[in-house]
Amino acid sequence: MTASTLSLACWAIILGDLILLGAGRMRHLLLLTAAQGLLLGLVTVGVSPGIEGYIVAGAVATLKGGIFPWLLWRTMRQVGTSEIVEPFMGLGTSILVGLGGLGLALWIDARLLLPIAAPPLLMPAALTTVLAGLVLIVLRHKALTQVIGYLTMENGIFLLGTPLAGHDAMWIELLILLDLLVAVFVMGIAIHHIRRTFDSIDVDRFCSLRD
Amino acid sequence: MLVLSWILALVLAPLLFGIINRIKALMAGRRGRPLLQTYFDLAKLVRKGVVVSPTTSWVFRLGPMLAVAGPLVALALLPYAGRPGLWSFPMDFVVLAYVLALPRLGTMLAALDTGSSFEGMGASREAAFGALAEPGFLAALLAAAPQSGLRLEEIAAAQDLFHSGGALVCLALLLLLLVENARMPVDDPNTHLELTMIHEVMVLDHSGPELAAITFGAALKLWVFAALLAALALPLERMAPLPAFGAHLVGTFGVAAVVGMVESLTARLPLPRVPAFILSGTACGLVVLLMEVGGGR
Amino acid sequence: MPIALVVLPALAGILALLLANDALRRGLLVATALAHLSLLLATAATATGDPHALFALDAPGLLFLGLASVLFVATSIYAVGYLRAERTDERPDFVAGVVFRNAPERVFTACLLFFLAAMSLVCLTRHLGLLWVGVECTTLASAPLIYFHRHHRSLEATWKYLLICSVGIAFALMGLLFLNYASLGLSGSLHLDRLLADAPTMHPVWLKAAFLFLLVGYGCKMGLAPMHHWLPDAHSEAPSLVSALLSGALLNCAFLGIIRGHQVCAAAGLAPFSGGMLVLLGLVSLGTAAVFVVGQGDFKRMLAYSSVEHMGLLALALGTGGSAALSGMLHTINHSCTKAALFLLSGNILALYHTKSSYDARGLFRTLPITGVLWMLGFLSITGTPPFGTFVSELGIIHGLLAQGRWGVATITMVCLAVIFVGMSSAVARMVHGPKPRYLGGIAREDLSSVGPSAFLVAVVLLLGIVQPEGLRWLVAAAMRVASGMEEGLW
Repeated sequence: MTASTLSLACWAIILGDLILLGAGRMRHLLLLTAAQGLLLGLVTVGVSPGIEGYIVAGAVATLKGGIFPWLLWRTMRQVGTSEIVEPFMGLGTSILVGLGGLGLALWIDARLLLPIAAPPLLMPAALTTVLAGLVLIVLRHKALTQVIGYLTMENGIFLLGTPLAGHDAMWIELLILLDLLVAVFVMGIAIHHIRRTFDSIDVDRFCSLRD
Repeated sequence: MLVLSWILALVLAPLLFGIINRIKALMAGRRGRPLLQTYFDLAKLVRKGVVVSPTTSWVFRLGPMLAVAGPLVALALLPYAGRPGLWSFPMDFVVLAYVLALPRLGTMLAALDTGSSFEGMGASREAAFGALAEPGFLAALLAAAPQSGLRLEEIAAAQDLFHSGGALVCLALLLLLLVENARMPVDDPNTHLELTMIHEVMVLDHSGPELAAITFGAALKLWVFAALLAALALPLERMAPLPAFGAHLVGTFGVAAVVGMVESLTARLPLPRVPAFILSGTACGLVVLLMEVGGGR
Repeated sequence: MPIALVVLPALAGILALLLANDALRRGLLVATALAHLSLLLATAATATGDPHALFALDAPGLLFLGLASVLFVATSIYAVGYLRAERTDERPDFVAGVVFRNAPERVFTACLLFFLAAMSLVCLTRHLGLLWVGVECTTLASAPLIYFHRHHRSLEATWKYLLICSVGIAFALMGLLFLNYASLGLSGSLHLDRLLADAPTMHPVWLKAAFLFLLVGYGCKMGLAPMHHWLPDAHSEAPSLVSALLSGALLNCAFLGIIRGHQVCAAAGLAPFSGGMLVLLGLVSLGTAAVFVVGQGDFKRMLAYSSVEHMGLLALALGTGGSAALSGMLHTINHSCTKAALFLLSGNILALYHTKSSYDARGLFRTLPITGVLWMLGFLSITGTPPFGTFVSELGIIHGLLAQGRWGVATITMVCLAVIFVGMSSAVARMVHGPKPRYLGGIAREDLSSVGPSAFLVAVVLLLGIVQPEGLRWLVAAAMRVASGMEEGLW
């Protein structure tokens, strides 16, 4: 896989992050998360070809591109929440924060040079994805969006680790994916309970515990 | 050559509205108005007299003049067929942005001068969206500037649709074109409900030759934006003069056709969602700028 | 085999899920706790660890796992009485009158055992990646424990806990990836011994960035401010024995993650950097705890903020190094035992008074005399009053600070400790003195299982203040040397 294809994939991931921040419906959020998962698999295969790379890429594409979005979609349907994403300070502000994050990621990338051969845009793409996930967790009302934000953060961290997929870190990456699966299950169960107890999954309603 | 492009712009600008309307009609399954309808409208308006409300002042008469003057100057700055415009100097794209804002200033002042509440409402919306769109416009044009120079023709030469983020810049400019020229999904040019209007409501009180001036100015503004977008999208600097000229013309009409399709396929955005729309255009431009500055890739 | 320490509680947990008889299940809980402790002592006694294995005990791991194991025995004994007294039907809750019911008891017991297994994994493993997996497993295993009483407040606490700790652990994962990048071209492995060997030749910028992320990530889990926001909510809503385990054992395990990072930095000669970051976060935690303890009406939240304070002290001690770090290691024992005792006692108080407010729960000396006395002694211990062990360790930390000439840090620490003493003393004095309230929500129950463990733990801390057995002193010193990077010895 050529370097320009991998750069294009990283560009696409960055654009995907910004669109994620501006998305107004859950359906779009989940589709974007799935697309990011597939792109992640592509980058994994491109960066470390070989049997280990293919195994990890396959696992990533299946889990992050297929199973997680499907699980969250099912949870959304069962909980019966509306599809509208409710931002805390408006979608425009989220996009601006995402752009700030992109600038920060590029700045860090200039300071912290990867000591391994990797697509040139890998680090900014990874850091931007982590920041976009953080924004989704902090600046959204619904608990389900927070889980999507957590998955996005993990996407970014996974992307940061793809150049290492050929080394010792491979089975760790697989273990991490397994952990993520269990975490998403547990969070899904929690969201069901939240819906049943609060009649909504708006985390703004969590206000009874404070000093 | 340059003078020819100028004259062609003056003559052909109203045709853009015709193209947009024809595309919309075709996509809706209708035959639609004649392509040259805008010319007939302008001719009709010029022949009529002006009715001026006694509550207005000289500012009201100034508005239409600014509405035409701005795009005329902008035409002079516009690079055509890969060659520099009549005036070309470093950072001329900033002058372009502000000169294109003159029609907005003119119509807003005239609208406020009439003392009508509807027109004031339109003026405030126009001010808000214009303020948001301006940094986006500058960012989109600046995006390639670190690689090329700071002149418009250099910026246009440095990128096209398939290289160095040009696709994103063109998308940003398209979104900003829709905002600045009051097209869907920001503003519906066919609405007759004042509460939903932005541009039309500001010119409710103009009549006769002044309304013709405003309409002609709007057409010229659309031509400037469309030509700029075509110049950025097409690799015009690599062609010989005559084919480049023709390609640029075709490109401008092509942008009008794209606008027509976008208008047919999208619905008017709710007003609170428009800032997010403008911001996404700004974001596209800023992304390319950040990547160029931060990576040099 | 060290890995048996992980497998035993995990298998017991699965068995607990399948058992239908409550008494058998509670017996299994206590039996597993005792078996775990004896297995740990046996493993420590045989002491034939292979440094390059995935699972081996070293001094800090043994210290923290020993604490966790002892605390687990104590809480499992408490759990027998607690679970027997808990109602399984729907009932209104104390604070808001919302009708709720408990989670199934088998889920609770199984998650307790999985929690022990995960903590054993964290303390046993020499591979930082497996340590990460262990910490993540503790989050997943303890979330259902917090949600035992199924009402909206505990759900809110559980969701905050899940999300904040998961995000923190994600940051820790980034730190691990940065560590991998720092050691590239060398061995590229996350095994602690390889990292310590390669540390001097690692890329310093990447190593610093890695430590920062590890500190923030595991600091979220440890309860260092400003990442501590899940602590007060989780501790106030969880059943008391779960709070005891969280405060007494889990925070230590998260601290172990930070210690591993500090070890690698010290081996690379970056100890001043990592020490400085630890001192900074320690001071912030102390200050935050001091602010929130004063006037705190909810006594369980007060204990939670006290945990934040003591975690700050531990970070401060480790960051300073030298004799302060030695006292810090001793302080982990004292804090864990006292905090667990206090939380178990708070469970008794809550069961009788049906309120979490220190203004409403009065007259402890009259209603629950043993609990009241132990509560007073526990408060004296947790605020560092002689002759308790915490006095010795806190004095040692401040002495270590002054010995290094850190006057400013020592002053801030002493001021914060004083403020916390004043804040807690008013609440505790309110609670123990005063007449017996006319209406009490529950029944006073003071049998062996409810006060025995707390009495034992308080006695241990009192003993440690007067005399420190030679073996313990040796263990603490070894832990301090390993944590400060002075030696990489295996236990």
